[in-house]
Amino acid sequence: MAKLEIKNLHAEVEGQKILKGIDLVLNPGEVHAIMGPNGSGKSTLAQVLAGREEYTVTEGQVLYDGKDLLELDPEERAREGVFMAFQYPVEIPGVSNTYFLKAALNAVRKHRGESDIDAMQFLTLVREKMKMVKMDESLLGRPVNEGFSGGEKKRNEIFHMAVLEPHLCILDETDSGLDIDALKVVSEGVNTLRSPERSFLVITHYQRLLDYIIPDIVHVLVDGRIQRSGGKELALELEEKGYAWIEPATTTATAATAATNA
Amino acid sequence: MSTEMLEEYAKQEYKWGFITDIEQVTVPPGLNEDVVRLISAKKREPEWLLEWRLKAYRHWLKMKEPEWANIHYDPIDYQDMVYYSAPKSAEDRPKSLDEVDPELLATYEKLGIPLKEQEMLAGVAVDAVFDSVSVATTFRKKLAEMGVIFGSFSEAVHEHPELVKKYLGSVVPYTDNFFAALNSAVFSDGSFVYIPKGVRCPMELSTYFRINAMNTGQFERTLIVAEEGSYVSYLEGCTAPMRDEHQLHAAVVELVAMDDAQIKYSTVQNWYPGDMETGKGGIYNFVTKRGKCAGRNSKISWTQVETGSAITWKYPSCILKGDNSVGEFYSVALTKGRQQADTGTKMIHIGKNTTSTIVSKGISAGHGQNTYRGAVKILKGADGARNFSQCDSMLIGDQCGAHTFPYIDVNNPTAKMEHEATTSKIGEDQIFYCNQRGISTEDAVSMIVNGFCKEVFKELPMEFAVEARKLLEVNLEGSVG
Repeated sequence: MAKLEIKNLHAEVEGQKILKGIDLVLNPGEVHAIMGPNGSGKSTLAQVLAGREEYTVTEGQVLYDGKDLLELDPEERAREGVFMAFQYPVEIPGVSNTYFLKAALNAVRKHRGESDIDAMQFLTLVREKMKMVKMDESLLGRPVNEGFSGGEKKRNEIFHMAVLEPHLCILDETDSGLDIDALKVVSEGVNTLRSPERSFLVITHYQRLLDYIIPDIVHVLVDGRIQRSGGKELALELEEKGYAWIEPATTTATAATAATNA
Repeated sequence: MSTEMLEEYAKQEYKWGFITDIEQVTVPPGLNEDVVRLISAKKREPEWLLEWRLKAYRHWLKMKEPEWANIHYDPIDYQDMVYYSAPKSAEDRPKSLDEVDPELLATYEKLGIPLKEQEMLAGVAVDAVFDSVSVATTFRKKLAEMGVIFGSFSEAVHEHPELVKKYLGSVVPYTDNFFAALNSAVFSDGSFVYIPKGVRCPMELSTYFRINAMNTGQFERTLIVAEEGSYVSYLEGCTAPMRDEHQLHAAVVELVAMDDAQIKYSTVQNWYPGDMETGKGGIYNFVTKRGKCAGRNSKISWTQVETGSAITWKYPSCILKGDNSVGEFYSVALTKGRQQADTGTKMIHIGKNTTSTIVSKGISAGHGQNTYRGAVKILKGADGARNFSQCDSMLIGDQCGAHTFPYIDVNNPTAKMEHEATTSKIGEDQIFYCNQRGISTEDAVSMIVNGFCKEVFKELPMEFAVEARKLLEVNLEGSVG
């Protein structure tokens, strides 16, 4: 059970201000969607929460389970149950997916004061979770993400999520580059993982994903600030009108067109 | 993950740097004909061998130290070095392990060498060379029953002079290069292996080299002969204490494989690399290793994991003389701190349908400089020769360097050559990805590096693959913030 509270968060990268005061409370069990045009700061928010070093927090606070999240190293955040599904999952040549995942799981277990998982238990767990995301077992033995198709990479992210059982899941544009079938599989995986203890921050450019993962609240991020929050209807409204009507001054025509065409 | 952290990462203390307090018999520093004679006399060598040494010494005097390698070091003073040092008890060679100086056995235990035979059920026969002399050889009796000769070079000179005389210098003549000539003049000991016709050596043969004494050069010589249809897998490991002075290691290894014979030679080299910050001390490793596939269908594989030494200058090579013979070179070289490595291989295709494979993985961290230098030569008569080369470099941090010099010389139009090369930087993206899954940066780097080296590690005998992996981990550990 972990509550996420973001208070007046400002962040910049290479001297460029990107987040300009974000406030957000995500309660356990809730699913919030963050939508917004390109360059609005959606991915920056995800990276800051995961602890990417290139992003500097200049103001504000993030509390996770009452603790100062920004104080923790990325791996400590992960072990505390913060998981980010990458927009561009990284390839690690020569390291098998299983080996990698086992190391990750054991790091989390160690943090919780548990012993290493035994090989048989791990295999059973992995098989069960693979079914959930309809992943082919051959992907277990292959090096992490190497030679995976775009869809396989995204599914692999959800698979990692399923095995590691985090409390806070951040999906960073997980829908980008997915065809409709893959999108359904990924969404089903996420929906299976929804539980009263687990919260989700779903970052997306398009409303399409939210047809499958129904959010409790939708936030619209424009120019580094949450300009509007609402129920799932807000996403539909955005689909229809684009982002331009929310903050015409800062939204580019291309972003609006892209959103409308989606 | 900042560059600073990555730099931190490249620092790591040397864990094998202890010095053994043991009585040594040494000759005075310096090199002249008298020293060569003295070494030969100490070893009670036959006249022909002394003559050979003297010829090598006289030739060496006319040679110049090579300067073409991509390494930089202060000139070596060859007159300031001790050319022979032996544990005192070696004056009366121990007849069995019980007679070996317990201090020495303790040293080997610290190094993790299972010298005692009862611990050797795993199937590794060990010849241990301490400074200049071979100290003990395990499992000899069992091997002898099969006709396998495995022991120190000095013993072989006495017990099998006809074999030594026939093959010594047959692959690496004393005229070959500066360091080979020096070794030929002053070599102290080493290992000798002979596998008779049709025998498949039932266990891994292994030699551990240790330089202990101060200001001492180590010049061992290894000779392996595999007769028709035989097979042997051989491994050498090396460590040295931490000392502020540079120490020279100039070894020669010669392999000969007859028809249908196969030799697999693996090295895990972990000589003291010198001080990480200042580059003070450390081993200068100038080694000549060459194998001759003399017979048809013969095969020689070199696998090396080079993690130590201040300077590594080493090109394990294959002369593919027999038709259909196969040469392989698999290498992992890690340079960190101030280490410099210029290493690679030469594949000389002479016979028809000869094939060679080169897989080289260079990892540079800290201020390390890593150079791959390889030559593939296809001679006129080598119809249908094939070569595949792959040279990958990985950089950790932004103070290190990776260099690749592949030379290709093809004199036969039917040859097929493939060359692939990549350079990658350990990605901050990769590390962050691992971090985000809960894996620490240190574990992430070792995981990524091990993944990078996988193709080479899988060529090592099982237990040594584990050792090599651990060695890389230890060498990289403790350095990320």
